[in-house]
Amino acid sequence: MHIVVCIKQVPDSAQIRVHPVTNTIMRQGVPTIINPYDLFALEEALRLRDRFGGEVTVLTLGPPMAEDSLRKALAFGADRAVLLTDRFFAGSDTLATSFALSMALKKIGEEFGEPPIVFTGKQTIDGDTAQVGPGIAKRRDLNQLTYVARIVEVDPAAGEIAVERRAEGGLQVLKSRMPVLITMLEGANEMRRGTLDNALGAARAQVVRWSAADAGIEDLTKCGLRGSPTIVKKVFAPTARAEKAKRVNTEEGSTAEANAAALVEAIFTRQPDLQTDLMRTAGNHYLPGGH
Amino acid sequence: MSNAPKPAPAAGAGRASTRKELPEHFKAYRHVWVAMEMEHGKVHPVSFELLGEGRKLADKRGVELAGVVMGGDGEEVAAAAIEAFEHGADVVYTIVDPILTHYRNDPYTRALTDLVNTYKPEILLLGATNLGRDLAGSVATTLLTGLTADCTELAIDDEGSLAATRPTFGGSLLCTIFTLNYRPQMATVRPRVMAMPEREPGRRGRIVSHDLGLAEAEIVTKVLDFIADGDSGRAALPYADIVVAGGLGLRSAENMQLVKALAAVLGGEYGGSRPLVQKGWITADRQIGQTGKTIRPRLYIAAGISGAIQHRVGVEGADTIVAINTDPNAPIMEFAHLAIVGDAVKILPALTDAFARHLSVNRLAS
Ligand SMILES: Cc1cc2nc3c(=O)[nH]c(=O)nc-3n(C[C@H](O)[C@H](O)[C@H](O)COP(=O)(O)OP(=O)(O)OC[C@H]3O[C@@H](n4cnc5c(N)ncnc54)[C@H](O)[C@@H]3O)c2cc1C
Repeated sequence: MHIVVCIKQVPDSAQIRVHPVTNTIMRQGVPTIINPYDLFALEEALRLRDRFGGEVTVLTLGPPMAEDSLRKALAFGADRAVLLTDRFFAGSDTLATSFALSMALKKIGEEFGEPPIVFTGKQTIDGDTAQVGPGIAKRRDLNQLTYVARIVEVDPAAGEIAVERRAEGGLQVLKSRMPVLITMLEGANEMRRGTLDNALGAARAQVVRWSAADAGIEDLTKCGLRGSPTIVKKVFAPTARAEKAKRVNTEEGSTAEANAAALVEAIFTRQPDLQTDLMRTAGNHYLPGGH
Repeated sequence: MSNAPKPAPAAGAGRASTRKELPEHFKAYRHVWVAMEMEHGKVHPVSFELLGEGRKLADKRGVELAGVVMGGDGEEVAAAAIEAFEHGADVVYTIVDPILTHYRNDPYTRALTDLVNTYKPEILLLGATNLGRDLAGSVATTLLTGLTADCTELAIDDEGSLAATRPTFGGSLLCTIFTLNYRPQMATVRPRVMAMPEREPGRRGRIVSHDLGLAEAEIVTKVLDFIADGDSGRAALPYADIVVAGGLGLRSAENMQLVKALAAVLGGEYGGSRPLVQKGWITADRQIGQTGKTIRPRLYIAAGISGAIQHRVGVEGADTIVAINTDPNAPIMEFAHLAIVGDAVKILPALTDAFARHLSVNRLAS
């Protein structure tokens, strides 16, 4: 079974700083990582390959340096890596991104075999949109299974797959026909450690590098800024609230009990209606004699 | 890549200023729509929040506000339509078909896409829930239009351009996004970000029913089962009036008990920061913040939480934010309304007692 995993190289957003004057992201020195959600997708793909045989191809769209993330994926055990990179892709929104990736997927299918399963993470940590997976599914006409918590069963011979998908208030158990696009939920599995063999292989591996033309994209108006219906007009920092925090315990050495009593007073002074409502609804069992 | 953090925002801004004249056939796109979310016969509250927000946009534009209700049961759909009217909709488009009994991407995408192509809304809003994001991505790609995810603010100009503001880079920046040359303009909004509109009982409007025109045999994805969450409090967190949350400052899983005890006395829900999920002290559904739940309680008590931006964006809608932290310079001390410098492990039990005493004393007095 040939499985493709779409990954993205993202800045480690925990370490991002915003320039205080220009409100721009200071990327310098910020390390990049594989989008953490994509690792759940990659691990799931590797498990299926280990079980059914076949190959795992990782695909990314990004600048040339995104090759680092592909090599990391190879070190985890992926068999092949494809980097789709071209200046025409700069400024792509989710619609343009899903177009480019879907064209690369088509080409991957032709070159290395049609994948019955394409994986992505549920979303990225820099964009947070969760839109690229569904976009690819639609463009490649794959059955879409998002927020998958667990793959229940795969039957390659019958071309069927069953999954548990996170929905409001519970898990939906779905059965679908492959080819499918699956976006994996966090916590679905735990990424394996790469083997020494994989690490050595990854360092030496040839990463397949495709331009827009290589991926068979003729219509460049569907790429990058030109192919993006959404336009970022303004980027700004969240405004600080005018009201300053009120410190409840200013006295040195006051006891927890005194602090707690002062806090309760302060809360109900600030929000008298809350007290009325709480008395109606909260902690009935705390009524004297209620125990 | 995504629709938010463009590598070069300046390029996006440059392009935005070169607005093309809207193509003639796009001028037919009018009105503001909310795709209502229904699971198990009930409307998700985010749909009402969106109707409230949609009402403002529609009024500004002088157009109609419509709800879209799709489902398998005619009575449930009719009841949801009435709720839509009472929350501000002028029109409700309905599709009733057994195929739509449970959410599945394929038939729902078909249904909503058909409605859009038939009735041409200028703006289409969905909840940024798993269902809404799953559906919105497919519909926008089918229609080849712009979609902005997880907006926190929506505004509209005189020409009908939607200004959709959303957090980016984990909440450290906000960006405002337009879809100038494509229709409809689509956006998703997380639950609890917009205020719930006042309900007007008895308010009614027009129902326009539509057929799905699909046979079950055409749909390859089947729903085999639904495993409901055992812990019923999970789903309630975003809608709780009182939320008490813990962070790494609690130091041990056992001390989560202190948070739960206070939440119980207040009749509220408990949650926590992301590291607690990673440590297994709380379940993922109780994570509050950018990658967890957005909450909008009347009272939020954060014990031993530093208040990193990713946490902050999930709690900012709270009426009163209370911080308990040993570090007077923790970021949360900046945006909390009330703050106590001290050890949460000692203050939480004292606070639980103080609330219990206060509430029962006052109850006796009243
Ligand atoms: C992409 C991304 C998404 C994220 N999403 C989220 C999210 O959704 N939600 C979220 O919460 N985080 C999220 N985070 C993580 C976030 O950046 C912070 O790391 C996290 O919120 C910190 O959790 P904390 O405050 O519990 O722990 P810490 O940052 O370790 O803070 C602990 C605090 O407790 C205080 N403290 C210590 N001892 C005591 C004591 N005895 N009594 C009282 N106070 C004490 C300390 O002074 C400190 O302020 C995300 C990060 C990334 C990169």
